[in-house]
Amino acid sequence: MKISLEHVTKQFPNRNRKDKSVVTAVNDFTYEIPDGTLTGLLGPSGCGKSTTLNLICGLETPTSGRIYFGGEDVTDLPPEMRGVGIVFQNYALYPHLTVLENILFPLQNLRGAQKLSKQVMLEKAKEAAALVQISDYLERRPKEMSGGQQQRVAIARALVKRPRILLLDEPLSNLDARLRLQTREEIRRIQRETGITTVFVTHDQEEAMSISDQIVVMKSGLVQQIGKPQEVYDDPVNLFVAKFLGTPPVNVFEGRIENGQLWIGQAAVLPAPAAKPQKVYVGIRPEGFIPDPAGPLECRVHAVEVMGRDTSVVCSHDAASAQIRAIIDAENKITGETVRFRLRPAKVDAFHIETEERIALS
Amino acid sequence: MKMNRFKGWLYLLPALLFLGVFMLYPLVDVVIYSLEEGYNSASQTYFGVGLYNFSYVLHDPYFLQAVKNTLLLVVITVPVSTGLALLISMLLASIPKLRDLFQTVFFLPYVTNTLAVGLVFMILFKKTPYSDGMINALIALFGGESVDFIDGPYWAKMLVMCLYTVWVVMPFKILILTSALASVNPDYYKVARVDATPKWRIFTKITLPMISPMIFYLVITGFIGAFKAYSDEVALFGTNLNAAGMNTIVGYVYDMLYGDSGGYPSYASAAALILFAIVLTITVINLLVSRRHVHYA
Repeated sequence: MKISLEHVTKQFPNRNRKDKSVVTAVNDFTYEIPDGTLTGLLGPSGCGKSTTLNLICGLETPTSGRIYFGGEDVTDLPPEMRGVGIVFQNYALYPHLTVLENILFPLQNLRGAQKLSKQVMLEKAKEAAALVQISDYLERRPKEMSGGQQQRVAIARALVKRPRILLLDEPLSNLDARLRLQTREEIRRIQRETGITTVFVTHDQEEAMSISDQIVVMKSGLVQQIGKPQEVYDDPVNLFVAKFLGTPPVNVFEGRIENGQLWIGQAAVLPAPAAKPQKVYVGIRPEGFIPDPAGPLECRVHAVEVMGRDTSVVCSHDAASAQIRAIIDAENKITGETVRFRLRPAKVDAFHIETEERIALS
Repeated sequence: MKMNRFKGWLYLLPALLFLGVFMLYPLVDVVIYSLEEGYNSASQTYFGVGLYNFSYVLHDPYFLQAVKNTLLLVVITVPVSTGLALLISMLLASIPKLRDLFQTVFFLPYVTNTLAVGLVFMILFKKTPYSDGMINALIALFGGESVDFIDGPYWAKMLVMCLYTVWVVMPFKILILTSALASVNPDYYKVARVDATPKWRIFTKITLPMISPMIFYLVITGFIGAFKAYSDEVALFGTNLNAAGMNTIVGYVYDMLYGDSGGYPSYASAAALILFAIVLTITVINLLVSRRHVHYA
């Protein structure tokens, strides 16, 4: 089931009652989420990603704009009529019910013509439990399980009614690092197996990039960029997206374009034939640095961190306000107080100094 | 190590001393009194040791009346007040705008003096040859016959007593239940909504289990409080509760000690111990029942 959002805007009254202004949580969101895909809504806290999820779910209604599931306009439908399943960050499993009872709960709500026999309900619940691989724990209570297992129960409960759309709100934030890695693969697998259009919210870019078919990067209610994770990473539309994606984050220098060249300090680092002369921010991905004694960019070395497969060089440069982190092949031995780099053109972007929009260099 | 242990006991001493003098000693003393037959408080003598005091109390029609009154009060007011308080708390939770105002209004009885409130109830329910209270005026308005609620038939007096007790104990219960309801994570309700859970099912399957520890607490303290009722009855029916037929077990104990027929500490002790046994039994039953129905998070 594809999800279409058309000019969806959600405004909340200001928390301070005396202040009559409104807070715009989601601003003119238009996008079509393709059927059967996994989409990550990504952004810092307060960017409107959770509100967007609630709008799709129906827990919030948009101030303006329409929402469609397939061709059906669901904007005015309450959540229970939309056929969605939702998993919250804290899972919201009913603590007094066993795992099986939790999964059965949505089925037992069915009334009238949809009402199922006990046998069918049990079969469906067990099927959902098997899908998320918790069949051995059906008689346990939520608190007797690990966070990862609780997460699976919550997903099983959301899936047992075969929803048209599955929504996950920060599904991995309550898990420790190891479980997070495992569970995100699990979410990916479950989504593939069921083919249910899934939308999840996260503030963790790595999480979003690793499992999503497409990501939506948001900031202060505005969609910044939508695309496949690799495309967004490689071609960020502005400095915010560039900074937000990637660990370690992109390194930002102050630079300028002059005579068809991109300059950082006194070094002409790359040719920039297509850009007009102006001051710019230069964003260089950590993997964009190549150590080269003849390279144009010279940095002061602070530390060299060996990480096995590659080496991380922490250094500084007068044109960069923060520390620079370059990730280079482990074969390169860094000695001495300074290091010279040449740059991979694909890993370097220039941004307008005021609008922070990306400027094409060539 | 030894020094530390000594210090520990030293720090506990003031509390232990008070508990010993004002709790433990009287408790033991009550048991002793209750077993001393024919105890005379003036001469501090007794004939012998045995269970006669208990036998006397259990055969005393005044005591049996008091037990009946107390049990009726408990059985009626605890469920009614808890249920009503739950209903009001649910309604309060659903009206965010005026909640603060109503919370204050509902809490007022808690800070009002029992005797003053009793007087107000008396005036509301009274019937004298000269003037009727407001309730009787209302009954008359709808064509009914006025009833003397304060000095009339047993059921009328019991009704007033129960109404009064419910009214007095409600504020505290509403306070506790409102905060219990507010502490339920709203995500449960969101998930339930998305899963199309009917309202009644949300209440019985989610809300009730979530606040069950608080309900259980209120039921236990409600039972104990109702069993100990006395001052409310005095406020309504005056000090001679036996004459009014509205005595309670605690009232009986008091009468045996200080009332017109006072001066019988042994009977009073026996009655007090019987009350203790009843309360203990009920509390144990409550605990056993709660194992299955109370869910601690």
